[in-house]
Amino acid sequence: MEEKYIKHRYEPILPSKDEWPVVKLARERKEFVSRVSASAQDKILTLTGKNPDILKEELETTLYREKLRIKQNPWVVDPDDEGEFWGKVKAALLQINSETKLNRSKRLEAYKEILERITNRYSEEIASNFNHQHYKFTRSVVTYGFSRLLNAARVKGFKSIFSNQYTLQDKIQITGETDQLRDLATKGTIVMVPTHFSNLDSILIGWIISVLGLPPFIYGAGLNLFNISIFAYFMNALGAYKVDRRKKNLMYLETLKTYSKEAIQFGCHSLFFPGGTRSRSGMIESKLKLGLLSTAIEAQRTNYQNDINDISGKIFIVPVTINYHFVLEAPSLIKDYLSITGQERYYKENDEFSNSYKISKFLVKFFTKGSDISVSVGKAMDVLGNYVDENGDSLDKYGRKIDPRDYFISNNQITVDQQREEEYTNMLGKRIVEEFHKINRVFSSHLVAFTAFELIKQRNNKLDLFDLIRLPEEEIFLPYQEFKEACEMVYQRILALKADGQINIAPHMKRSMDEIISHGLDNVGMYHAKRPLIKNRQGDIVTEDMSLLYFYHNRLHGYGLEKLF
Amino acid sequence: MALKNSSKSSTIGVVGVGSFGTAIANMLAEKSKVMVYARKPEVVDEINTQSSAQGKALHASIQGTFDPETLCKECNILFFMVPSSGFQEVARKFAPFLHPYHLVIHGTKGLCLNLPEGQTLDTVKKIKRSQILTMSEVIQQETVAVRVGCLAGPNLARELSKGQPAATVIASKYNEVIMEGQRLLRSDKFQVYGNSDIIGVELSGVLKNIIAIASGALAGLGLGENARGLLISRGMVEMAHLSNALGGSLKSVIGLAGIGDLVATCNSVDSRNFTVGYRLAKGESLTEIQASMEEVAEGVNTVKIIKGFLEAADLRAPITENLYRVLFEDLEIEEALQFLMKYPFNVDVDFV
Repeated sequence: MEEKYIKHRYEPILPSKDEWPVVKLARERKEFVSRVSASAQDKILTLTGKNPDILKEELETTLYREKLRIKQNPWVVDPDDEGEFWGKVKAALLQINSETKLNRSKRLEAYKEILERITNRYSEEIASNFNHQHYKFTRSVVTYGFSRLLNAARVKGFKSIFSNQYTLQDKIQITGETDQLRDLATKGTIVMVPTHFSNLDSILIGWIISVLGLPPFIYGAGLNLFNISIFAYFMNALGAYKVDRRKKNLMYLETLKTYSKEAIQFGCHSLFFPGGTRSRSGMIESKLKLGLLSTAIEAQRTNYQNDINDISGKIFIVPVTINYHFVLEAPSLIKDYLSITGQERYYKENDEFSNSYKISKFLVKFFTKGSDISVSVGKAMDVLGNYVDENGDSLDKYGRKIDPRDYFISNNQITVDQQREEEYTNMLGKRIVEEFHKINRVFSSHLVAFTAFELIKQRNNKLDLFDLIRLPEEEIFLPYQEFKEACEMVYQRILALKADGQINIAPHMKRSMDEIISHGLDNVGMYHAKRPLIKNRQGDIVTEDMSLLYFYHNRLHGYGLEKLF
Repeated sequence: MALKNSSKSSTIGVVGVGSFGTAIANMLAEKSKVMVYARKPEVVDEINTQSSAQGKALHASIQGTFDPETLCKECNILFFMVPSSGFQEVARKFAPFLHPYHLVIHGTKGLCLNLPEGQTLDTVKKIKRSQILTMSEVIQQETVAVRVGCLAGPNLARELSKGQPAATVIASKYNEVIMEGQRLLRSDKFQVYGNSDIIGVELSGVLKNIIAIASGALAGLGLGENARGLLISRGMVEMAHLSNALGGSLKSVIGLAGIGDLVATCNSVDSRNFTVGYRLAKGESLTEIQASMEEVAEGVNTVKIIKGFLEAADLRAPITENLYRVLFEDLEIEEALQFLMKYPFNVDVDFV
C-alpha cells in the first residue's frame, strides 16, 4: 500500500483577511516603506563609519554601477525615469565635490541627503504590491485552471472538462510537518526556506501555502520574472517583493536586507529561496546565500531587544524540499553549470521562461501528462537551527528547553555583534542544508539517473567530468541486468540511510525493483526533446543526453552514495 | 564595557585542576574572581581549605566546587582544562547546565573519537575525518554552547607557574571570545594573540605532540641538535599536511600554536610527550612509562588516531607512521630512525 498523502483542504488559520499580516502590511505600505528606507540609511551610515569620504566613495560606486547597468543590461520592467534619476544623483554629487568650503559634517549631511534619495527609491522599488482581490483571483485561477487541465487530461470524454475526479493534490503531494507549520504560524513568524530547481517553484509554494490554510507569505522574487506580464501579475498577487540581482551595490543590498528584516519583525511570514537562485547543477543546495537568512537572525535579535520575549516575537525556520521527476529548465541550467565550472570564458544569464507562450505550453504539458511533484515540509527550527516543540520552545539535543535569547547575550545583556551574527548565519545555513538532505524524497527517476551515471563514470574512470559529458551517446549502453543490480545496491544503501533518518523516499519506491526502474525510466526528464535515460529495443539502458543525465543524477549528490561504485 | 557589580558576570570558571588548569586558574585569579571545578570532593576540600590542588599551589581567592551546576550558574565564562580522554564525559556532565550565553574556552591538546556504539579506537582500523573530534567540536556536539574558543601555544605549565614570560593564542570563530580571553589573561608577562581558525590552532597543538615524542626519542638516543633541527623542520611539514587534510589552515601551523609550541615542546624536559619519547629511547616500555606518569601524554593517543586517519584518507605521514610502529608494534627506535633517514624526502618545502 502506498502511504496516504495529505489530501484535504485545511481550514484557514486566520479566517479574516484583515488579520493577515501581509494585508496589514499592504495597508501601511507607505509608512513601512519609509521605515525601511530610514533604517537602511542608518545601517549604511554605521557601515561607512559616518565618514563622508567613505560614504562618498560608496555613492560614486553605486552611481557608476547603476549607469553601467542601465546601459548594458536594460530590462522591460525598468522604470522609464531611471536615467533621469541617476543623472540627478550625479549632478548632486558633482556639486558637493566642487564646493570646497564645506566642512566635514556639512559634507556628510549633503551626502546623507543623496543617500536618502537612493534608499527611498530602492525601498519603493522593492516593496510588494499585495492586493487581496488579486490574490483571491490568482489563487482561484491557479487552482481552478490547474484542476481543469488535469481532469481534461486524465478523464477521457467530452464531459471531462467539468469533472472533478482529479484535483491538484493528486498531482502535487504534500508531506511532512504540516500541522506543526500551521500551528506555529498562528503563534509566531515563519520563515520558509525551500530548495529551488525551477521557476515553477514560486507559484507552487504559493499554492501550497494557500492549501495549508496559511495566509500568504511574502518573498523576494527575481525582478526578471516581472518582465513577463503574466508572472508580474501573479507575483504581485502573491505578495512578492522584488529582488534585482543586477544591483550588487551596498545601498541596494542593505535596503533589501532591511526590507526583509522589517517585514519579519512586522510579523509577515516570509519565504526565502536560500540557494539564491535555481540550482544550476541539480544538486541540493549545499552553499546557501546567507544574505537574506541573516535578516531572520537580525529580526529575532531585534525582537528580543524590544523585549518581545514570548512566542509572538519568535521566528521559526521551516525547510522545505520540492522534488520533481522533470525540471523544464534542466538543459539550460546544466549548460550554465558546466560552463561556469568548466571555466568557459563566455557565460550569459539566459532565461528560458522568456515569454508567456512558453510557460503556458509547459503548464499544459505538465498537467496533461503525469509527472508527480512532492513537497516535504521539514521540522521547524529556531533561528539557530535548534528544533522546537509543539509550544514553539527551542530544545537542545537532549530535549531540554533552552532560550534562544541567550545566544545574543554577553555579560548578562543583549548585545549587537555583527561578526557573531555572521557566524550564526553560517551555522543556520549548515543546519538548513542538513535538514534538506534529511527531508529530501528520493524518486525512482533520481535513483535510475544516479545509478546509470555512476556506472558510466565507473567504466570510464580515466575521464574527468567534462570528457565524460562529451562521450558520444551512441557508444554508451548498460546491460539491463547489470544496471538492475547496481540500482538494487544503491537502493539498499538509501534504505539504510532512511532507517538512520538521513533521507526519505517516495511511496512509489516501495515496489519491486523492475517496477521502480520502469517507473524511473518513464519519468526521468520525461518531456525533454532528448531523454536522459531510456531502454532501447535490445533492452539495454541508453542515454540521449549525458549532461541531462548528469543533472538528474546530481539530485542524490551529497549522501556518499558514489562511494558504492 | 558594562561589566557591573553582579558577581555572576565577573566569576570565571575553570574545569579541571591538572597542572595546566591550575596554572591558568592562577593567572585568571590575578584579575578576576575564579571558581574551579574538581571531580573529587577531597580535592575540592583541599582547594577550599589549603589553597592548593593535589599539592599545586592555588591563588588564595580561588574557590572550589564539585558541582557542575553551581559552576555554570556562577560563571558565564568557563575554561575547560581536562585531558581529552575524559573530555567527552565532562562535557556531557556539564551539558544540562550550560546555556547558549556561556563562553567556553578549552586548553586541551588532544583529539576525541565519535565512533558508533560498541566501537573503540582498538576495534576500528580506519578513522574518517567525521569520526575525529577536536575539543571545540566535542563541546559543540555535546552542549548548546556555541561561542567556543581554544587556548594553544608554548605554555609549559611549570614555566607559567613560575611567572616566566610567555604568550598564547586564543582561537575562536567569534571575535567576542577572543576579546574576552585577552581581557582575562593578558598581563605584563603574558601576551595573548587571536586567531579565527580554531580548527587549525587546535590541530597545531594536537599534532605537535607527535613530533614532541619523536624529539624526546632523539634526545634519549643522545643525538645532537642537527638531528633535532631536521626533525622539527620535517615535523613541521608533516603537521602542515595533516592539519590541512583535517581542515585547518596552513597559517595557523606557522603561528605560535604550531611552530611556537613545537619548538618549545621539542626542547623541553618539562613536556610530558617529550618525556615519553625520551624514556622510550632509554629502553623503557610504553606501558611502564604510562603507569608511572602522573598526567597523560596526549601524544600517544594522538598517534593512534592519526594513524587510523591516514589509513582511511590514504595519506602518508612518515614520522607519525614510524612512531606508531615504535609505540605499538615494537619497532626499535634505531630502526625507525634508519627508515626515516632513507625515506625519499626530496623537496624541502612543498606546502606554501
